[in-house]
Amino acid sequence: MRVLPPSSAGPWRSPLRGPWLTSVLGMVLLVGIPVLFVTGLLSYAAYNPDLSPVNDKTPDKGLLGLYLFSWPTHPYWLYRLTQGIHVTFGIMLVPVLLAKLWSVVPKLFALPPLRSVGHALERLSLLLLVGGGLFEFTTGLLNVQLDYVFPGSFYPLHFYGAWVFLGAVLAHVALRLPAALRAIRTLDLRAELRTPTVRTRPEPADAGGLVPGRPAEPTMSRRGALGMVGLGSAALFLVTAGQSVGGPLRRTALLAPHGRAPGSGPNGFPVNKTAAAARVGLRDTGAGWRLTVRGNGHTVRLTLDELRRLPQHGSSLPIACVEGWSTGDQYWEGVRLRDLAALVGHHADAPDVFVESVQPAGSFRAVALRANQVGDPRSLLALRVGGADLSLDHGRPARVIVPNAPGVMNTKWVRRLTFGSTDVGERT
Amino acid sequence: MKRLLRTLYGEPPLHLTVLLTSFVLCGYALARLLAGDWWAVLQWLVGAALVHDLVLVPLYAGADWLFHRVVCGRRPRSRARTALVLHVRVPAFVSLLLLLVHWPLISQAAGRRYRAATLLAPDVFLGRWLLITAVLFTVSGLLLALRTWRARRRPGSAEVLPSADVPVGTGRPARHRS
Repeated sequence: MRVLPPSSAGPWRSPLRGPWLTSVLGMVLLVGIPVLFVTGLLSYAAYNPDLSPVNDKTPDKGLLGLYLFSWPTHPYWLYRLTQGIHVTFGIMLVPVLLAKLWSVVPKLFALPPLRSVGHALERLSLLLLVGGGLFEFTTGLLNVQLDYVFPGSFYPLHFYGAWVFLGAVLAHVALRLPAALRAIRTLDLRAELRTPTVRTRPEPADAGGLVPGRPAEPTMSRRGALGMVGLGSAALFLVTAGQSVGGPLRRTALLAPHGRAPGSGPNGFPVNKTAAAARVGLRDTGAGWRLTVRGNGHTVRLTLDELRRLPQHGSSLPIACVEGWSTGDQYWEGVRLRDLAALVGHHADAPDVFVESVQPAGSFRAVALRANQVGDPRSLLALRVGGADLSLDHGRPARVIVPNAPGVMNTKWVRRLTFGSTDVGERT
Repeated sequence: MKRLLRTLYGEPPLHLTVLLTSFVLCGYALARLLAGDWWAVLQWLVGAALVHDLVLVPLYAGADWLFHRVVCGRRPRSRARTALVLHVRVPAFVSLLLLLVHWPLISQAAGRRYRAATLLAPDVFLGRWLLITAVLFTVSGLLLALRTWRARRRPGSAEVLPSADVPVGTGRPARHRS
């Protein structure tokens, strides 16, 4: 009674549909989606959300934050790599996801719509799977293209949405993997990749109703269908990946938001929060600018010239954005964060620090950095980049640069550093 | 007991265990996902699935079917015409995929914010997409021409390219599925 007859009529007549094709696409997603999930969780951890409320866009995360750990500063390129993978792989998986959904579309219209209580629950789970998956891909694609039309802040939507999706994926894998592994053994992949259209036959009739009862004449082989999906992924890779590589390859990312650099020279590398957009002007960053360093009950105020007279150090570090784009290593010069901590008495062990920008409003105008980030000798309050003073859009007169930290954690237009504190108004 | 569950539930007990476990995790995250503007988020979640299944899939599947009908008409087994369908379908797929994925940039939906945030001109993406599309169709057309030319140079290989004028069923080798 549970076995449905193959849909004998209906509009879904492609001779390519069947458990084997669905399973092959499923296996690609079975590798790809965990990669997206793990790199996504790493990106979440990279913000150190458990350190301070200002870093945390998801304060009610509860058990979903149990895995968090102190984000390391080694290797300095890790976030650049993992977030580049997260965004680029996510974009490349779009055609695979669409093909997978295409391959199972007859099931959506299978009759009767609900066979049993169990079937009803499974369809509810599938709604979470499909809805959750498309939600994750859509919010991600919109966010990297700066189109914030989704209902709320990106961080909680994409983070909690990922867990909803994961819950549904786990159930789907547990219920379907055995059948998928059986289906994948019904055809030999290598033989299938040598089968042209004229020799393409429908798969044997299946219980799930994917194979049409009255198949249309094949117009392409399974090799062709898989090749077309792969071509789609390759095309997306070619017009996107360059923005995560930088250098001359950046220009190859023809349809990526950061496929171009806004200028030339030392300050010509990409920017994602300009002074004008952050409403930061010369009034806040000009001759009247002072850096306030607090901690241990001390307060030190420094002019830009006084900062320049402190020991200067250099470090080569990239800017790597949560949106997946990044720059190659830039040579930053400035004062070590741990030297600034020493100014207010933190000599031996660098503590956490609360960093505030002159930026009057908006997300991440203040962030907290952890002791391991402050203590790293490559972490700077940078005054120069590539041998030139910072431009206003890159944070003049002074910005933080920390190895392996997401772009927004490297606060621009810094006005105050409070050592031993991680939140507004916290007394040290 | 097991049989009773089977009768009432319709699936093995493990099925129920798996789904309930999954719903615990989904529910825990969903409660947080819906903590803000829950109605709008729910519309996005369910709407994404509905728009995909009830609009996007019928739209592209229908367009593909219609194009196939127009080109092949009453000669669905003409290899020349099938090849033509393929050489339009593949570049169209890649082009529309790029359009779908990069729609916010190509449509300049957030053009002003893009310019303000990045200092880059937002109006280059439509032209680039059109250019990529033109290249895709050109390459595909050249490949089709090459394919047709090579098939013509091998006369008698009706298996590879039967004449488009041969009626259905007469120009095909017997081993083809009918």
